[in-house]
Amino acid sequence: MKLELRGITKRFGALVANNNISLTVESGEIHALLGENGAGKSTLMNVLYGLYIAEEGEILLDDVVQKFAGPGDAMNAGIGMVHQHFMLVPVFTVAENVVLGHEQTTFGGRLDLSAARAKVREISDRFGFDIDPDALIEDLPVGVQQRVEIIKALSQDAKVLVFDEPTAVLTPQETDELMTIMRQLAASGTSIVFITHKLREVRAVADRITVIRLGTVVGEASPTATNAELASLMVGRAVELTVHKNAPELRGTALAVKNLSVIDSRNQIVVNNVSFDVQAGEVLAIAGVQGNGQTELTEALLGLQQHVTGSIELDGKPLRGYSVRHILDSGVGFVPEDRTEDGLIADFSIAENLMLDRSSGAPFVKAGNLQLGFRAKFAAEKIHEFDIRSQGSEMEAGRLSGGNQQKVVLARELSRDLRLFVAAQPTRGLDVGSIEFVHTRIIETRDSGIPVIVVSTELDEVVALADRIAVMYRGEIVGIVPGNTPRATLGLMMVGEHAPATEAAL
Amino acid sequence: MSDKTNTPPVGPASKDGSERWNQTLRDITGGSAMISILAVFVALVVGAILIAFTNEGVQETAGYFFSRPTDLLQAVWDAVAGAYSALFQGAIYNFRADNFLTAIRPLTETLTFATPLIAAGLGVGLAFRVGMFNIGGRGQMLIAAGAAGWVAFAVELPAGIHLIVAILAGLLGGAIWGGIVGLLKARTGAHEVIVTIMLNFVALYLIQFLLRTPGALQAPGSNNPKTPAMLPTAVFPDLFGPRYNLHAGFLTVIAATIFVWWLLDRSNLGFQFRAVGQNPNAARVAGINVKNVYMYAMAISGALVGLAGVNQVLGTLTSGFSSGIDAGIGFDAITVALLGRSRPWGIFAAGILFGAFKAGGFAMQAAEGVPIDIVVVVQALIVLFIAAPPLVRAMFHLPTPGTTRKPRIHSVKVRTSNEVVAK
Repeated sequence: MKLELRGITKRFGALVANNNISLTVESGEIHALLGENGAGKSTLMNVLYGLYIAEEGEILLDDVVQKFAGPGDAMNAGIGMVHQHFMLVPVFTVAENVVLGHEQTTFGGRLDLSAARAKVREISDRFGFDIDPDALIEDLPVGVQQRVEIIKALSQDAKVLVFDEPTAVLTPQETDELMTIMRQLAASGTSIVFITHKLREVRAVADRITVIRLGTVVGEASPTATNAELASLMVGRAVELTVHKNAPELRGTALAVKNLSVIDSRNQIVVNNVSFDVQAGEVLAIAGVQGNGQTELTEALLGLQQHVTGSIELDGKPLRGYSVRHILDSGVGFVPEDRTEDGLIADFSIAENLMLDRSSGAPFVKAGNLQLGFRAKFAAEKIHEFDIRSQGSEMEAGRLSGGNQQKVVLARELSRDLRLFVAAQPTRGLDVGSIEFVHTRIIETRDSGIPVIVVSTELDEVVALADRIAVMYRGEIVGIVPGNTPRATLGLMMVGEHAPATEAAL
Repeated sequence: MSDKTNTPPVGPASKDGSERWNQTLRDITGGSAMISILAVFVALVVGAILIAFTNEGVQETAGYFFSRPTDLLQAVWDAVAGAYSALFQGAIYNFRADNFLTAIRPLTETLTFATPLIAAGLGVGLAFRVGMFNIGGRGQMLIAAGAAGWVAFAVELPAGIHLIVAILAGLLGGAIWGGIVGLLKARTGAHEVIVTIMLNFVALYLIQFLLRTPGALQAPGSNNPKTPAMLPTAVFPDLFGPRYNLHAGFLTVIAATIFVWWLLDRSNLGFQFRAVGQNPNAARVAGINVKNVYMYAMAISGALVGLAGVNQVLGTLTSGFSSGIDAGIGFDAITVALLGRSRPWGIFAAGILFGAFKAGGFAMQAAEGVPIDIVVVVQALIVLFIAAPPLVRAMFHLPTPGTTRKPRIHSVKVRTSNEVVAK
């Protein structure tokens, strides 16, 4: 089915989220929609899906103008959406989720699940998904859950499929498999809109690329364009994609972690007997698929986990068993992986967030009184230094874009006297421009002689930053390898296969 | 159990539960001033309708509405205007009085009624700001009244010092009763709503027991569950002479309001309070001891509510008290805190409004025969409208906050579910 958007304009108050956007997706084409966070991609797709009504412009399917009052209309017209955050019920089976909202019943209002199972099997076989219709969603890996979303869309006879940032949660292998599936779908005549900000994926799978910036189409590109060309189109200026760094200047072991284990609140061993060192002046990246113990490991370093055994020593002084306050005061800087939940208080101003982890003493507090004058001056300095785009230091942090929120967290953590810097998923959800900024700051921190731990599920990031890479799988460190280890090897280690050269790097 | 509070629960289900509770609490307590004002306005309009419906003149004229409709409108106007005018004259300024000093007496009555409401409202509002729901006002007031009262009638001290010691005893009593809640929440993860409700009963029966025990709170030589009168050295002096009931307790409430403003807006402890109230996870990651914050906050909250009890026994009812001394103020305080949006001066204003309702309600009943229950209904409606900001916004076509933010599908989902909860 051919999809055409003509002159779509969508406003929110004074903000023009989409400005006269036109887009054509031919039948069987994979059309990538590339743009930074906040460029208006999601808004455009919500218009297409009937969640928003555009002020101007029209949507055409096979040259027929459509009017969508809600997602139901869009679905009936043949538009399916694979959401960034899966809209599945975890305790339902695959078949139950697929028919959810379109349940067929037999006599007496009983759910006709056998028909649903048959449908799941039929679609699953057609694309070689190999999915058990009776498996519970919560038991399935993320990549498989995404396939359930795809099946769900296809079971409604979707002829146009929208993938909203589909690779954000996938392993490299799962990403490759998804690309194959997308090509298969396109070959069978489905039109695909692929929303992303990852350049490599776009070039790998897209037939055509439309770049959006600030709500406007700024250009079309072919998949043969280079990463640098695409990035500069997206950001509006030339962007440094590779992180420039010199060989690390090692200054001796700073952090020593020995036999560290963490048991979580459900009595599961989530970090299992992990040992590693970090030298002052190097970046140790901890790679791995989300949920293999990296989060708990960083939380244990900061004293946020309750049941921790083993030892953590920073510059020869023990850290394990101390309060978060003590560990922060010992010079540990921490960028939590969930910035909106753990890193910032959305309703607090930028200035308040900048003093969040220094609320108990000088320079922000004197004799129990907040030093508002000092805080305002400090905030103004940091906003300038870290280029935080805002309406001043009293603006609520929750109203900043993701990249600027992360800059607030970085500004706060890097403005203390650090002995160790731990950054968990420092660029998750950030746009290209902000990623560049964050990476530069991390390397600067390293070069000033501070040991740095970067936890990331993005191989690109790991490879760009790391001097050494520790790969975690099921709570254990599979191996610690040099920073120039090939991606393929890292990918294998991320699914638990030991690297042959593991010992050499230790 | 203990690690439920220590670590934010990892499981997605339990996290969502507490998140939603927190978010709803924040939505209700953090609404805009405009919502508060409109809520009062709408509640008064609905109150007017109720007054009209229950008025005999209106009912009579409604019988021949189609022959002479103006009679009905006139009757409605008379009923509503009469009632609200009586309410105003009973609460602010009595136009029928002979001289200014008598005419202004209703205003001082309003302030007298407002005094304990403001104090308790500050306590409940402070707990709101830390993300906690203190429904234990009754218990905290009773314990504070018991402690302050005992010092006031059983201990003999020089004038001035006696009053101060009695006040401090009351504040300490309230702080302990509130602090127990904070301690249990921090150490065992017990939910403060359950604990405060239960402690209300514990306090009530404890005070009733002490009131029946000679040598404790019971007046010597009496069989009634009532204390002796407070010694004059421990009683708040009248502010404007014996002509008015307004006593110096009102000054303590002004001081308490200033203190809470300083605590929340200017002190680092208050900064930590607000951080925990807005996002306990981020506060914990930032090295703030969330458990200690819960304990301190509940203790201070209890002390403020206790100040309401102190004002009752040392100011309003100095001839001795029984177990009904709290007079429902602990619960009215929740409404006051909501209406004041948990801001100190907002609570101050809301407390005065509710004091005016109390003072004016009696006058309205006496002058116009409108039942005082109407005032209670109006108060309840105010809470209802404040708890449903989307309803008030829809009525006055106010913009929904956050619509100019970058929307996404999941954020749309979240917002609708919150609104459902808030309703």
